Amino acid sequence: MVAIPSRHKSLVLLAGIILLQVLLLAVQIKRDSEGRLIRVWTVGAVSPFERAGSYGFGWIRNSWRHYFALQNTTRESEQIRHENEALKLQITQLQGKAAEADRLAALLNFRQAHGDVPMIGARVIGTGAGTASLTIQLDRGERDGIRKNMGVITPDGVVGKVIEAYPNASQVLLLTDKESGVGAMLADSRIQSPVGGQGEPLLVMKYVPNDDGVNLGERVITSGMDRIFPRDLPVGTVAEIKSGNPFKQIRIKPAANLERLEEVLVLLSLRPLEMKNEEDTGDAQPPASGAAKPPAVAKR
Amino acid sequence: MNGTFDIRSESHIEVHKFRAGAIIIATLLALVIQASFPIHFAKAAILDLPLLVTIYFGLSRRNPSTGLLLGMVIGLLQDSLSGPTVPLGLYGIAKTIIGYLASSIGARLDTEHPAARFALTAAFFVAHQGLIVLTRRILLAQPEPWLNMHLFVAALVNALVAVVLFLLLDRLRKN
Repeated sequence: MVAIPSRHKSLVLLAGIILLQVLLLAVQIKRDSEGRLIRVWTVGAVSPFERAGSYGFGWIRNSWRHYFALQNTTRESEQIRHENEALKLQITQLQGKAAEADRLAALLNFRQAHGDVPMIGARVIGTGAGTASLTIQLDRGERDGIRKNMGVITPDGVVGKVIEAYPNASQVLLLTDKESGVGAMLADSRIQSPVGGQGEPLLVMKYVPNDDGVNLGERVITSGMDRIFPRDLPVGTVAEIKSGNPFKQIRIKPAANLERLEEVLVLLSLRPLEMKNEEDTGDAQPPASGAAKPPAVAKR
Repeated sequence: MNGTFDIRSESHIEVHKFRAGAIIIATLLALVIQASFPIHFAKAAILDLPLLVTIYFGLSRRNPSTGLLLGMVIGLLQDSLSGPTVPLGLYGIAKTIIGYLASSIGARLDTEHPAARFALTAAFFVAHQGLIVLTRRILLAQPEPWLNMHLFVAALVNALVAVVLFLLLDRLRKN
C-alpha cells in the first residue's frame, strides 16, 4: 500500500467523495436523447479504449492477414504451383494416353478391317543410334512371330520393313532410308514404280517415264509386287514432279508420319497378301505406257 | 471568541467541540426549517440553512475530513428533501466542497469575528451556488446563469443570517 501523507488524506477523501457523488448523479440523470448519464459517461470513457482496441486488433488482424498469413499463402501458393505442375503433367500424360488410345484404336480398327491379314501391334521403343541409317526399334521380336523382311505399317501408310529380329525386339528400316524401298504405284494412273528413300523426309518414285501423266497430290499406294507389303497400302502423295531423262523425278511425301512413330503394326506373313481397300472400287489398272518397268520389290 | 480576524498557524487555532448530538440536531433542524419554512414564507427560500450549518461546523471543527463528510451528509439529505427535480448529489457535491473549504480555512484563520463570518459566509454562498451551477451545466446539461443580482442579494442575506445563527450555534459549544 502506498502511504498517503496525513495532510493529503482529507484531499483524497474529498476527491473520493466527490467522485462518488458524481457517479451517484450520473446514475440518476437521464438525458433526453442519450439515456442515463452514467451510461453516456461509461460509453464515452470506454469507447476510446474500445476504438483503440478495435484499431489495435484490426491492425493485428490485418498484419496477420497481410503478413504472417502470407507465409501460409506462400506455402499454399507453392503447394498449388506444385499441384498445378503435377496436374499439367497429368493432363499431358492423359492427353498422351488419349492420343495413344486413339492411335491404338486406329490400329485396332485397321486390324479388324483387315482381319485376314496376320499382323501384330508393336511399340516403338527407340530409334537408330546414328544418322547413317534411319531405323527404329520395336518392343516385339522373334518370340512374337516377327521375322526379318516383314513389313511394318501404320493405318496411315507404309513405315518400312524389319531388318533384324531379336527374341524380344526388332529393328525396322524406315522407308526414308537410302537403302529402303517398296513396290508402289500411282493410285489414279496405276503406274507402277518402286519408291525408295534418300535419307531425307521425302521419298523418290524412280521409274516413271516422262510421258506418263502424274499429278501433284496424287496418292501413291503399294503395288504388292515386292512381296512384302500387300497391295493398296498408302505410301504417300506426290509432292514434287520434275522432268528427267528418261524418267520423271517424282518426290513423294510419306503417308505415315515416320518422324513420330509410336505404335506400328508388323505384318506377320512373308507371303504375298491382298489388302482390302474400302476406297478402291475397281481392279488395279496396268501401266498406261509401255515404259520400262523395274522390279517393284524392296531393295533389301 | 476574541473578536479578531488574524492569520495564525494551525497549531494555535482552537478546535471547538460541541455537546453531544448538537451537530445532528442542528443539522436536522436546519433541514426541517429549510424544507418547511418557505411553504409559509416564500421569501425564506432565499435562505440556505443547511449551507450555513455546514459552514459553521466546518469553520468550528477545523478538520477538513470532518467538514467534508458533514457537508456531504447535509448535502445529500438536502438533495433527498428537495424532490425529484434535484438529483442526489447536486447539493451533496457542493456542500462537500464547501465543508472541506470551510474547515480548511477555519484551520488557518480565526473566524470567530462576525465580520469574518459574514464575509466568509457570503463567499462560501457564492461558491456554493457556483458549484451548483457548474454541476448543472457540466453534469446535468442544464443551462443556468452564473451570476445575477439575486445571487448577490441571497449571499448578503445568508451572510447576515449566518452572523446571527452562528452566535446561536456558539452556545452549543463545550466550554
